[in-house]
Amino acid sequence: MSAAVEVRDLRRSFGQVRAVDGATWSAESGCVTAVLGPNGAGKTTMIEILEGLGRADSGTARVLGVDPWDASADHRARVGVMLQDGGLPTRSKPLALLGHLASLYAAPSRVEELARRLDLTSFAGTIVRRLSGGQRQRVALAAALVGRPDVAFLDEPTAGLDPHARLEVWDLVRSEADRGAAVVVTTHSFEEAERLADRIVIVGKGQVVASGPLAEVAAGSSLEERYFSLTGRQAGR
Amino acid sequence: MTGQPGSSAGSVTEVGGAAPPAARIRAQAGHEVRTLLANGEQLLVAVVLPAMALLGLALAHSPSLGTGRRIDVATPGVLALAVISTAFTGQAIATGFDRRYGVLRLLGVTPLGRSGLLVARLVAVLVVEALQVLLLGGLGLVLGWEPRATGIPIALLVGVLGTATFVSLALLLAGTLRAEGVLAVANLLWVVMLGLGVVLPTERLPHALGVVARLTPGGALGDALRGALEHATLHWAGLGVLLVWLVLGAAGAVRWFRWSD
Repeated sequence: MSAAVEVRDLRRSFGQVRAVDGATWSAESGCVTAVLGPNGAGKTTMIEILEGLGRADSGTARVLGVDPWDASADHRARVGVMLQDGGLPTRSKPLALLGHLASLYAAPSRVEELARRLDLTSFAGTIVRRLSGGQRQRVALAAALVGRPDVAFLDEPTAGLDPHARLEVWDLVRSEADRGAAVVVTTHSFEEAERLADRIVIVGKGQVVASGPLAEVAAGSSLEERYFSLTGRQAGR
Repeated sequence: MTGQPGSSAGSVTEVGGAAPPAARIRAQAGHEVRTLLANGEQLLVAVVLPAMALLGLALAHSPSLGTGRRIDVATPGVLALAVISTAFTGQAIATGFDRRYGVLRLLGVTPLGRSGLLVARLVAVLVVEALQVLLLGGLGLVLGWEPRATGIPIALLVGVLGTATFVSLALLLAGTLRAEGVLAVANLLWVVMLGLGVVLPTERLPHALGVVARLTPGGALGDALRGALEHATLHWAGLGVLLVWLVLGAAGAVRWFRWSD
């Protein structure tokens, strides 16, 4: 079976800086894959290429068997994206915005379900600009999932959330994987990776330094210890 | 349940895919229009200030607008100002800040996509302009404006060309400068163009200034709309100038527009 997300020998440079330098990893449907790595390790560049927001210099990036660059509207409908900066129009109200985004998909709306699960109704009348960081995170997550994606890229989905909201988000992410989606979560939280992920990808200096099931990557120690031993030079910078 | 990846291998989405292209663009254009109409500052620049300019020019005796009836000269100029407000100033600022906040990136990865977003924005601009024409044209008629009926199709052609020109210039500005820079420059240019042949005919300006004004997109649009609605004539020079700015703006936007800040 081919993977839902496949990255092979991917390379992307910005001038003299090799942001992604021969990375290879994959993510399966029905699994949560956590991508960890220090700032500047190339995670964002790699994920942006998979989202169709950037182009690789060489190598292969495939999402659902398709090159994401210039992919069709139907392909984009199968891929949900939660951006780090949210990307939410500042003057929109959350539910109206989600209703609008849902109208771009053929699938029936799931705004009500997401609003209930992520408790969006409590601030439904507030425009995005006036929401707290955590509230915006939840709206951005709902925006990524509103089209029932087959693949979801979630950039730090629980950053800035209180413990209750974090549990809700983890439950939701898990249920997305349980319904069959391939969920790729970029995170700096070892707790998040350990509690949520089926598979781990650790990125350092533009390359994948470890990937596989959590237990295999942790190799008998904690994920945190393993992470620092693998990315020590970056962590120490 | 585990879904099979790949388009031919099936999907976890039972009723999936994108909405049809026309539905996507209609939805986004409607969203953009509602956002524009809910924006007080934008309404001020798009309707209130042009309406005040129209009232002032129609009711006052100076500055001189030339030989024609004041209201017949003033209304086309104010319609030109309305086009510039929506297609240039409003679009540049909205796009500049949407770029800053990642909205362009987010919409680019939805089924709408980048090209759908551009088309929807253009449709939204045309819809808002139609509302402006109804309101400001209606005000002009109340004040005694008598446009030449045979000039109306020409004015529509000029209006569409002017819109395309100013949207391309707005995208060039919004896609290359930081959001604060876009805000400052777009507002500044609105004020500068206001005095450079948009509301006042370029021939009423001092000679050297008139020559410059005729080469600006604002002056060209103002003269071409006055030519159409006051005299039912095609103002070729104005159309030519608009076309040159359209080519420059579109080529610059294609070359330099950046989707993220």
